[in-house]
Amino acid sequence: MQMLKQRSGVRAAQPGRRTVQVRAVAAPVKAPSSKAIITPEVAKDLYYDMVLGREFEEMCAQMYYRGKMFGFVHLYSGQEAVSTGVCRLLRQDDYVVSTYRDHVHALSKGVPAREVMAELFGKKTGCCRGQGGSMHMFSSKHGLLGGYAFIGEGIPVGLGAAFQSKYRHDVLGDEKADSVTCSFFGDGTCNVGQFYESLNMAALYKLPHIFVVENNLWAIGMSHLRATASTAGDNDPHIYKKGPAFGMPGVLVDGMDVLKVRQVAQEAIERARRGEGPTLIEAETYRFRGHSLADPDELRSKEEKAKWAARDPIPQLKKYMLEHGLASEADIKALEDKVAEVVEDSVKFADESPKPEKGQLLENVFADPRGFGISEDGLYRYMQPGFSSGTAIVS
Amino acid sequence: MLAHRNARVAAGRRVAAAPGQRAFVGARPCRQSLVAAKAQKKEMMMWEALREAIDEEMERDPTVCVMGEDVGHYGGSYKCTFGLYKKYGDMRVLDTPICENGFMGMGVGAAMTGLRPIVEGMNMGFLLLAFNQISNNCGMLHYTSGGQFKTPLVIRGPGGVGRQLGAEHSQRLESYFQSIPGVQLVAVSTVKNAKALLKAAIRSDNPIIFFEHVLLYNIKGEAGDKDDVACLERAEVVREGTDVSIFTYSRMRYVVMQAVNELVKKGYNPEVVDLISLKPFDMETISRSVKKTRRVIIVEECMKTGGIGASLSAVINESMFYDLDHEVVRLSSQDVPTAYAYELEAATIVQSSQVVDAVEKVVGRAAVHA
Repeated sequence: MQMLKQRSGVRAAQPGRRTVQVRAVAAPVKAPSSKAIITPEVAKDLYYDMVLGREFEEMCAQMYYRGKMFGFVHLYSGQEAVSTGVCRLLRQDDYVVSTYRDHVHALSKGVPAREVMAELFGKKTGCCRGQGGSMHMFSSKHGLLGGYAFIGEGIPVGLGAAFQSKYRHDVLGDEKADSVTCSFFGDGTCNVGQFYESLNMAALYKLPHIFVVENNLWAIGMSHLRATASTAGDNDPHIYKKGPAFGMPGVLVDGMDVLKVRQVAQEAIERARRGEGPTLIEAETYRFRGHSLADPDELRSKEEKAKWAARDPIPQLKKYMLEHGLASEADIKALEDKVAEVVEDSVKFADESPKPEKGQLLENVFADPRGFGISEDGLYRYMQPGFSSGTAIVS
Repeated sequence: MLAHRNARVAAGRRVAAAPGQRAFVGARPCRQSLVAAKAQKKEMMMWEALREAIDEEMERDPTVCVMGEDVGHYGGSYKCTFGLYKKYGDMRVLDTPICENGFMGMGVGAAMTGLRPIVEGMNMGFLLLAFNQISNNCGMLHYTSGGQFKTPLVIRGPGGVGRQLGAEHSQRLESYFQSIPGVQLVAVSTVKNAKALLKAAIRSDNPIIFFEHVLLYNIKGEAGDKDDVACLERAEVVREGTDVSIFTYSRMRYVVMQAVNELVKKGYNPEVVDLISLKPFDMETISRSVKKTRRVIIVEECMKTGGIGASLSAVINESMFYDLDHEVVRLSSQDVPTAYAYELEAATIVQSSQVVDAVEKVVGRAAVHA
């Protein structure tokens, strides 16, 4: 198997080739400079968010093995820099679309940890009333449009939200309508047809949509190098190069460095808000755990895992903060303690929350319950006794 | 040629004289949508009626928009959006690239965030490519999100067997879509119900899969005015009768009525009900008819296996077993791909002579019921 070249830094599509112009940072941040590129407040927010993501996911693993959550649970541990780097720049009225690896996107977008944990426990206080589960996190309040189990099927939905934003501006005349949508998905998704259909439409209609590829090199047991053909003239299958082929900038970024991800995301978001259209961001990252909690994870070598574990985004940011005087050890410890508190509280809340009653069975099938039709006695079925207790015959 | 036949059939049918009732929101569902006294009568073709429905609803609600292949500058393959892009612009009547799953998903996302898209499948069959989005997202998303997001889409297009269009352009997707939880299926058949139902579908907060038929776009009839909004869950009694209940939908309604012309001459008195709502079934209208006639024939264009008739037959069996004097008879298309050759195509779908034979068999000799 081909050895991966050590890659780091931020670079746009190769120089010397005709590319779509990207004003992203070209040179990687090499040595710690004396001037920090973020404020202390931002630094603390980023650190808190990444630690929250990590601790939450580790708690999920514990809870799963203790029989509190079931089914397919896909953890994000190791990839926090991407979620935090992008989502902490978004406003509440911006949208995020994810795949089944969506717990941390939910948290970064502002969904309370309690609601996510309760959803994972299948309780009625979960963000989706226990009806979605791990792979279907939604929050209308925080602009989280899901949680999708079939990879690729969320991307067009993200495009739809971006279309709506542009429609509000261009058709409905709302000058302030400039919300953007970020769709997160992995390297495996980049071989799904819907990805290409979406790249084309996003560029064609100049939609305020950002494609964020979390390339963690593995789709369950399928290495990216075995699943994807190399881009022409390269030894590796570069996903970011597919952006210019479809009419948008493609940017490669070190997905283990939250500040680099943030810089690239900032530019992409501003482009989108200005009406200049979509961007494709490929963030090189790694998941420290298996594909899901059911994955024995036997195909990835120990050396590979160790190499990426050494690039853990959380200690990287901690080091940066201390070196640039953005926070003291005490500040950092306080943030970590707060996270521990929030995560423990979320488990307690989830544990103590009630389970859904059978009445929930029929309530949300239709937005308009007349969709269940008219029964023999001439009444709409939703008016039947037993509908709100989930026992009515509806077909 | 078919248009002539349809016109004769349309002239021959007797519309059940149901009094126009005001539609009201409440426990009792509307019987008919007509504000009869004030209904403006205009004769037009079905494609014009559908176009009028879309135009009126787009004018009424600025969040209503259209997406699909060739809906804009081309005006729609069957002219249902003819010229609308000039009035509403390229974004409200969006010409999409050829990527059904992609633009269906885009419609879902737009619907979740506040728009009301009408997504056109140039041929319903093409929507097989959009099955992922229709099933997983359109149908299920309101539920998996715990009720946080709704998907008020109308998914419309022509289906059914046309004139030697070949197997892939002759598909009937209603049977494939019927199991998807969370969607409603509506099949239109006349100019009047097409316009009124499309308006209702656009206004509905549920995702509606709206089946038109390739061979019905040019039939003529009267359309209602802009306040005529039908009830999506109601069947239509086409002809009242006593001998047998014939349940049908879409173009098969005309095949049935052609058979009825012949049957009446032979002394039969069939009741014909156009299902309209393929999912959910209007069990009030259906059960009233079954209890009256005690005999049921289902005439449909979809395949026999797993078709709309299969579901309806099972439901009638389960809930009205002792009201039946004869087993439920289904006349459906053969479980074969639709051939190109005229004779084979005709042999695949139900012809009016088969309906006549079925009624004669089920009812027995007309003299018995004289």
